[in-house]
Amino acid sequence: MSNIGSYEDRVKDFSWSISERELEYTPGEVINIGWYATDRICRLGRGAKPALIHEGFTGVKRTYTYNDIRLATNAIGSFLRGLGIQDRDRVCLFLDRIPELYLGFLGILKIGAIAQPLFSAFGDESLYIRLSNAGTSAVITQKKHVAKVRKVLDRLPHVKHIITVDHDGKAPLKEREVAFSLEAAPAVENFAVFPTRAESPSVLHYTSGTTGQPKGVQHVHYSLISQYLTAKWVLDLRDDDIYWCTADPGWVTGTSYGIIAPFSLGVTQCVLDAGFSAEAWYRFIEKQRVTMWYSAPTAIRSLMKAGDGLVKKFDVSSLRHLASVGEPLNSEAVLWSQRVFGRPFLDTYWQTETGCIVISNYPGMEVRPGSMGKPFPGITATILNPANHEPHPAHGKIGLVALRSGWPSMMRTYWNNEEAFKNKHRKGWYLTGDRARTDQNGYFWFVGRDDDVINTAGHLVSPFEVESALLEHPAVAESAVVSKPDPLNLEVVKAFVTLKPGFSPSQDLDLEIMNFIRKKLSPLAMPQEVEYVDSLPKTRSGKIMRRILHAKEWGEDIGDTSTLEND
Amino acid sequence: MEGLKDVIRDYVTKEYLEADSDPLDNDTPLISGGIVDSFSMVSLKRFLENRYRIQIPDDKATPEAFDSVNKIATLVEEFVAKKG
Repeated sequence: MSNIGSYEDRVKDFSWSISERELEYTPGEVINIGWYATDRICRLGRGAKPALIHEGFTGVKRTYTYNDIRLATNAIGSFLRGLGIQDRDRVCLFLDRIPELYLGFLGILKIGAIAQPLFSAFGDESLYIRLSNAGTSAVITQKKHVAKVRKVLDRLPHVKHIITVDHDGKAPLKEREVAFSLEAAPAVENFAVFPTRAESPSVLHYTSGTTGQPKGVQHVHYSLISQYLTAKWVLDLRDDDIYWCTADPGWVTGTSYGIIAPFSLGVTQCVLDAGFSAEAWYRFIEKQRVTMWYSAPTAIRSLMKAGDGLVKKFDVSSLRHLASVGEPLNSEAVLWSQRVFGRPFLDTYWQTETGCIVISNYPGMEVRPGSMGKPFPGITATILNPANHEPHPAHGKIGLVALRSGWPSMMRTYWNNEEAFKNKHRKGWYLTGDRARTDQNGYFWFVGRDDDVINTAGHLVSPFEVESALLEHPAVAESAVVSKPDPLNLEVVKAFVTLKPGFSPSQDLDLEIMNFIRKKLSPLAMPQEVEYVDSLPKTRSGKIMRRILHAKEWGEDIGDTSTLEND
Repeated sequence: MEGLKDVIRDYVTKEYLEADSDPLDNDTPLISGGIVDSFSMVSLKRFLENRYRIQIPDDKATPEAFDSVNKIATLVEEFVAKKG
């Protein structure tokens, strides 16, 4: 029997107080995610249980018990306080998937500061934009990435501390830099966890939109209530599980379900800090005896590509439950996993803004391959008619996926951008920006984005951000960025550019432009194809019509072109 | 092929490593070590194709085949030889 039991019964009797009771949280009292994920588990007598099994790319394994992570997060919190970091200060984590990322996150929350995790592959301009917007006070990073922080530091006077967790003394620390070593830090047995309340800010994740700069999605400590229960019911996490969430905590899955949920449930989770390789992943499952595996469609498709023969070389019989997130999981991948692992990957749907799974397939419920599943109990989801923002009265109509606001982990605002937050709401509905339809049995079926945002390998890329960066390249006069289909990553970035006089198209220029964006923004934002054009399609008022380029890439009808210039 | 490994190592160092990084050797794990991710591999592959005028099919451009300077050199040599 799964943790959720009967989905229908749960929907009938649902209240978020189920989660509050299990966590022994009384509304109005102190709630601190850092404490719930470490101290509380120890108080329950499970301090000696492994919390985090970490394996680096060299195969070196480190295991931390719940008591170890309690002490380590105390030590990190104590160090940050010693630097003068206070509650509500933003502290960025700019780290690979090393233990300091997981433990630093909880240490930041323990002092009431706001954790701002950023993907460590971000280029210096992506880093600058996010640190600048958040007014970040400190950046926790590592030797490998500190040069990127140094590059933008002059423009960030509010960053008072750069904390390097693996400083080896070979090169001197520079201005504002300080070293911290988790191994060498003195144990802190007694630590005064900051008394955050339900609405105290906890995490700031940045996400991309169609227009404007990335937005900081602000969550609160009360998000724990949703993250705990969704992990228990959807991921079906149990006390004896070995859980592997393959997401990087630079993104929301890696924090909601890679740190907060598993640790607050007292589960043992393992982390592989290595680049993707099908063989290495199967070996890791075999070695760690992984039982619950939460991954992403791009990774699953890469495993499919590696062939069934490879799976058979490893003992993956420990796997008992699989789930997927980040982009729609195609039915072929569901059927493939059923064939090779003996169980399907269950697709889960949610966003940075929702903080937790909101629509999903559930253990024990009939899986319809390719479907997003049904709303989590307590979540009201619908399909809105885009014309009037009213729910479509009948099933089968394609419209906007919308959620009735009010669950615990819903974002509270976009950092310093209340207007953008308001624009995401209509008539009491939160607009996800995705389009879907429902069938007569209440299953949701994903159709696509309702905007120009590119979902590549489960990560959102703003075409605006890439276009702006392209214009800084000396050869580029104008640019338009759209998605193009990709069998592995669902979509990848494609750039159309016009060149300035004196420049001509070449393969070397392609590569130069690709690398320019990769280093400035991130590898995800790097155009995988650059097409040179004489002019870009524009409206008569001069606005670039991305949708025409997008339609051509996807083989779709280009629609109404009456506003096209020179048409 | 003379200098092939030097060319690859210099390119990876210039394009994918930050200043002050530890120097690469020909066996340093690039993909599994997180120096080059799967997206960045696309630009590395493009560089090799442009420079050596070869086409590396996607099914040969695997993370394993790109995991070190030595492995990349072996792959490039294979396709240069096929070209004749």
